Amino acid sequence: MKLILHIWRQKSRESPGKMARYEVSNVNEHMSFLEMLDVLNEELIARNEDPVAFDHDCREGICGSCGFMINGVAHGPQRGTTVCQLHMRHFKEGQALWLEPWRAKAFPVLKDLMVDRSAFDRIIAAGGYISVNTGGAPEANALPVDKQKADLAMDAAQCIGCGACVAACPNASAALFTSAKISHLAHMPQGQPERRRRALSMVARMQAELFGACTNHGECEAVCPKGIELENIARMNREFTKAAWARRDEVAGSGRRRLLPRSFP
Amino acid sequence: MKLDARIPSGPIEQKWDRAKFEMKLVNPANKRKYGVIVVGTGLAGASAAASLGELGYDVDAFCYQDSPRRAHSIAAQGGINAAKNYPNDGDSVFRLFYDTVKGGDFRSREANVYRLAQLSANIIDQCVAQGVPFAREYGGLLANRSFGGAQVSRTFYARGQTGQQLLLGAYQALERQVKDGRVRMFPRHEMLELVVIEGRARGIVTRDLVSGEIEGHAADAVILATGGYGNVFYLSTNAKGCNTTATWRAYKKGAAFANPCFTQIHPTCIPVSGEYQSKLTLMSESLRNDGRIWVPKQRGDTRPPHQISEDERDYYLERIYPAFGNLSPRDIASRAAKRVCDEGRGVGPGGRGVYLDFADVIRRLGRTTITERYGNLFEMYERITGEDPYAVPMRIFPAAHYTMGGLWVDYHLMSTLPGLFVLGEANFSDHGANRLGASALMQGLADGYFVISYTLGHFLAGGKAGDGVTADHPEFRSARRGVEDRLQRLLSLQGNRSVDSFHRELGHWMWEDCGMARNRQGLESALEKIRALREAYWKSVKVTGEEQAINQALEKAGRVADFLELGELICRDALEREESCGAHFREEYQTTEGEALRNDQKFAHVAAWEYAGENAPPIRNVEALEFEYVHLAQRSYK
Repeated sequence: MKLILHIWRQKSRESPGKMARYEVSNVNEHMSFLEMLDVLNEELIARNEDPVAFDHDCREGICGSCGFMINGVAHGPQRGTTVCQLHMRHFKEGQALWLEPWRAKAFPVLKDLMVDRSAFDRIIAAGGYISVNTGGAPEANALPVDKQKADLAMDAAQCIGCGACVAACPNASAALFTSAKISHLAHMPQGQPERRRRALSMVARMQAELFGACTNHGECEAVCPKGIELENIARMNREFTKAAWARRDEVAGSGRRRLLPRSFP
Repeated sequence: MKLDARIPSGPIEQKWDRAKFEMKLVNPANKRKYGVIVVGTGLAGASAAASLGELGYDVDAFCYQDSPRRAHSIAAQGGINAAKNYPNDGDSVFRLFYDTVKGGDFRSREANVYRLAQLSANIIDQCVAQGVPFAREYGGLLANRSFGGAQVSRTFYARGQTGQQLLLGAYQALERQVKDGRVRMFPRHEMLELVVIEGRARGIVTRDLVSGEIEGHAADAVILATGGYGNVFYLSTNAKGCNTTATWRAYKKGAAFANPCFTQIHPTCIPVSGEYQSKLTLMSESLRNDGRIWVPKQRGDTRPPHQISEDERDYYLERIYPAFGNLSPRDIASRAAKRVCDEGRGVGPGGRGVYLDFADVIRRLGRTTITERYGNLFEMYERITGEDPYAVPMRIFPAAHYTMGGLWVDYHLMSTLPGLFVLGEANFSDHGANRLGASALMQGLADGYFVISYTLGHFLAGGKAGDGVTADHPEFRSARRGVEDRLQRLLSLQGNRSVDSFHRELGHWMWEDCGMARNRQGLESALEKIRALREAYWKSVKVTGEEQAINQALEKAGRVADFLELGELICRDALEREESCGAHFREEYQTTEGEALRNDQKFAHVAAWEYAGENAPPIRNVEALEFEYVHLAQRSYK
């Protein structure tokens, strides 16, 4: 199989980028999309050209490193699949494909198809955890957890942090990512003590990182390789609203224990 | 080289308690004066960095990925063992200890393994408190399942994504320390050299993978948690970035490398489909709980599986190992698969595969139950192969997966270099010659959460904080220069072969001559081929791009250069160990039934290799292993 690839080439964060056209022949239907790019890169190296940079690591769809737009769709045409797990049998002879990096103000392009997603780490650092130090944890079975709640928590916790949701959203919102963590921990009894504080600080961080607001397009859910549901965003909004009321002194910045920056809405 | 394992005295069940009491402590107010470097943010590294930050140490953590959450621990599917005995089926700390020592074919250190079994229960408590969504029973208590090589159900799991959930727990704890300013995180930084000053590990040299800058980082102690070296086989279940560079640099600076030939070949991976293949995907071993493994009885039988009737099938694991059947340990299951394929009874393209069949269990329990248990694995299989495992049996074949070997460490997890600690898969670990399923996660977290916090304090309390060693020290300057020269050399070769083509060839020789079965002749020829390949590499490798920018080809080039050296040490170790044990199967040493034949008289020891310089053969040091509690016996799973 032969394919025509138009790939976004950009040397560095500062330099401008543009699309470049490549032809790849000898594409085998059992190859993964990234293996097809490996083949292209080997050819580029042989021609003394710079290979295409893209993030990837586990190639099993779980580390969340990989991801770019294929013909305008994050992770490409197959639902519930990262590009590393997308196989070439889904493409046709002679097909033209446009590959672009995630586009979002909060995800600056580093090179070619690589972007900087460190904003996600900072959202987690803002409160996406349960504050327990190592040691002294109670016996694991001391606190039973409703199976259904544990399952719902697991549904949300499956997020791999790839950033496809942001790339697909017309607002470049990180609502699906942030809400997945808020939901996971809100479902667990262990997450209750910090539940409100967590919702407030994670949402604040998300906004401070210049992600856009959610306007319910649902594009994020459609491209999420792990099937994280839109419902999580509704839950995040509920958690946030409840927390904002319960801790309105903190939100307004008038309380003594101020949690949020003054610029908070 | 003197190998002092520093095993505490006393009965085995009291050793760790005794050691904890006897270890020196660092005053809480002084902890912040000690700088600690943690390299790698998988289960071992992230849990160590978080725990040490919580205690108040000044921690710098490094990973080559763009975020600490992406380390390859994330891909572990099946579960984590713990001696909780919740199912009331006869488990205990002693049994987990016993199973691990026996499963490792008597090539691990009893005291370490016992401690691991003791700590296993604390790990589950800790992870539950962090909010890890483990599988639950309807009553709300934790669910357990059995896992390859064990006859009790002691495995805790979070669907098929246990590693992911445990890693996210550790990552979140780490990010909490980052926010509090106790840990500085350096993502997209790769360690390229260890800095040793006056015989002590005092820091590292890294390359910033975005700017290309070479930086020195000084500290009072260095912790390596950089995972295994399975990618020496090129095709493995490891992530593409997994490499040996950190451990190999430490070896060349004086840390002994132990049992490098103990490399685990995992029995249930998706077979290779072509030349372009970049990695192999594991199908969790938990599938063997319900799937039945078989091949046709007839050689060269190419009929589709549904046309092969029951009595024409050979359920070979059930036949040969009736007690453990499809749950036989990994080394045994892998070798059995190789044997039937070598007999010409393999299935799929090239005959390098066996069936893993779920038809029986789907009939018995229904499709819904199976979806609940393995849904995501079935989907993954279908995505990769285009075949529906609900309808046709999966095809699987063994692949390189885990490395039991690694840097030698004592009971304190310190290497032969003072101040250099090694955790998780990077050390030669507690798994002897073969690791049991669901034990890697346990070991990584035991090391990171519960061992290093004590032993590091003991080490630091023995010295003095703030002796003024900074990254401007002459040793750091020369280490940085060394790294820069090497990168420049790689870039200037401008040969005619890509890095990947060398890596592929190395992997091919390693797999053929030092894979599931090894023999003297093959190993000797591998040694020559690898040496020749390394020479060719430094003459004709082609690395494009520049140093002061993102350059993935250059990153790979450095890693492969180190693999080319490690490969030789692996073969040498395999050659010297004239016995078969666990994953190390020397064809010359087998029982009449084709099982591994150990030689306890000569080889009940750890081989710790010491670097002796560029042109000298490495020195093989020996740590004798004593078995006081688990008596040496031939492993039998029949």
